[in-house]
Amino acid sequence: MSFNAHFDRSAARLVLKGDCGMAEAPVLATALAAVRSAEPGTLRVEIGGRLDIGPSWLLRALVVELRGAGRHVEIEGRMPEHLRYLDEVASRDVGSMPDFGRATFADRFAAFGGALRRRVASWYEALMFGGRLLESAGTAWRSLKRLRVPSVVRHMHETGVQAIPVVAVIALLISVISAYIGAQQLRPFGAEIYTVDLVTIGVLRELGVLLTAIMVAGRTGSAYAAELGVMKLNDEVDALEAMGMNPYEVLVLPRVVALVLVMPLLTVVADFMGLAGGALLTSYLIDLPWSQFVMRLDSSIGDTTFWAGMVKAPVFGLLIALTGTLRGLQVRESSRELGRLTTVAVVQSIFLVIFADALFAIYFLELDF
Amino acid sequence: MAAVEPLIVVRDVVNRFGAQVVHDGVSFEVMPGEVFGIVGGSGSGKSVLLRTLLGLRQPDAGSVAIEGREVTAMDDRELRDVKRRYGVTFQHGALFTSLTVAENVTLPVAEVLDLDEASLAQLLELRLRMVGLPLEAAAKHPAQLSGGMVKRVALARALALDPKIVFLDEPTAGLDPIAASAFDELVLYLRDSLHLTIVMVTHDLDTLMRTCDRVAVLVDRKVIVDTLEGIVANEHPWIRHYFHGGRGRAMRAAQEDGRGA
Repeated sequence: MSFNAHFDRSAARLVLKGDCGMAEAPVLATALAAVRSAEPGTLRVEIGGRLDIGPSWLLRALVVELRGAGRHVEIEGRMPEHLRYLDEVASRDVGSMPDFGRATFADRFAAFGGALRRRVASWYEALMFGGRLLESAGTAWRSLKRLRVPSVVRHMHETGVQAIPVVAVIALLISVISAYIGAQQLRPFGAEIYTVDLVTIGVLRELGVLLTAIMVAGRTGSAYAAELGVMKLNDEVDALEAMGMNPYEVLVLPRVVALVLVMPLLTVVADFMGLAGGALLTSYLIDLPWSQFVMRLDSSIGDTTFWAGMVKAPVFGLLIALTGTLRGLQVRESSRELGRLTTVAVVQSIFLVIFADALFAIYFLELDF
Repeated sequence: MAAVEPLIVVRDVVNRFGAQVVHDGVSFEVMPGEVFGIVGGSGSGKSVLLRTLLGLRQPDAGSVAIEGREVTAMDDRELRDVKRRYGVTFQHGALFTSLTVAENVTLPVAEVLDLDEASLAQLLELRLRMVGLPLEAAAKHPAQLSGGMVKRVALARALALDPKIVFLDEPTAGLDPIAASAFDELVLYLRDSLHLTIVMVTHDLDTLMRTCDRVAVLVDRKVIVDTLEGIVANEHPWIRHYFHGGRGRAMRAAQEDGRGA
């Protein structure tokens, strides 16, 4: 028989029919709420079936509440079998429920202060991180064993070799897009041939390295943060430290070195694919043969064009690796922190890369590089 | 006694990973209202067996029936329905670290049932009281709790939907003896006052001796099921070693002393 709870307001009677488990608790809760809002002077409860522990507790709470207010409550029919147990449980002195109510002004002020303190602490941590990394880099420099070549090579493989396909495709696509738009915009001036300049200079100076950095930030920055974060949650970082090993030397330095080495290599791939894409599109859009493209390319770029892009690559790699590892090591306590800091790592490394790129642009302009 | 239907029936379960056979024809029954222990050496497949019972893993052969309904032959929807009728605690608590204790315990209820805030708060208080937690713990996050409290919160969450069966995976692992024995008491108390059926995987001889009515020992890819006394007297070399090795002997001696005094 399905459970049914009915409150008869005029007779002040609560009739419960059928068995009530947790699945039927919402029906019971609705009836109990009706009783509460009616504030009856007396109440008669008629129970027709078994009540499970949860529902019995809800009913008991109402009865206790009404009786506490001096109302007369009568229970008829089948007494809930867990009532004795519940009385015993309720009599235990376990303190009172904490207040989940609205935050007061003082709470908010305290929360603001807490957030501020955490922000300052995070800057301090970043400083400490930089210091300890420099320190371990200083010692690692002197011996190959401490530089951990196998680890560096593994990270170069994971962050570099495995990233080649995606970086290549992205570079190809972006040069196709810029060649397409360039050709279209330059055609009215009869200056389509400058599409070659646009694509080659654009790819070599900016797009190649910048897009590679953004891809790497998404791929590797997040992976670094998540890897180190999980190791932190599993106490693996503490384990290293307890064995007298320096986690900065074992975990952070190889990752940073690997990414600094790999970024220029990936940028070469991106540059090459970008130029190939440009050549492909110009031959298709403005009927420029490949040999002509190469000649035009040779005259359009200067001695420094390629290097203006290339010098940025290790710097971007350094920024991404530092952000990822720092955020990873900041993870503590919970899986939510892990997710938050992984996101922070990606967003911040992309921000830093673009910010650094802007500084480079100004610097190169002043230097006439 | 003969009229009582078993609550869980496991028939000829086979589990294998690649060429490695973990269970080769495991069969046993769990009766209502008993505390049923599962023991075995590391790697003997205790956790795999528990996952099979919970319907989290399809056995390669054989069947598991809970309350007469075959878990191993259900579609996802039926299985979800059955899963709500039992509670589980995992070895490390498996509390959601990003939620408070209150949210952890309320989650299964709020997810399944359409209840108002006040009723949810009342039920939360009930569950915390049932497992003997101080109520102010409700606002804390799992990272702020001691090991014993984490296990209790996990149990409170397992009890949230008034299950008939509770599965406990290593409930006392990592607890100090005082907290572990308090947890044993709690398990027995819940069984006696609520007539719960409890299936526990454990390594803790103390817990096993104190709480379990019957024990299933996983050895040689099979299972040997007997009452606690029967298992202790069993002649199988691994079981003899388990109960009569250094730790087991000391334990039993202590227990007999306790009984004599």
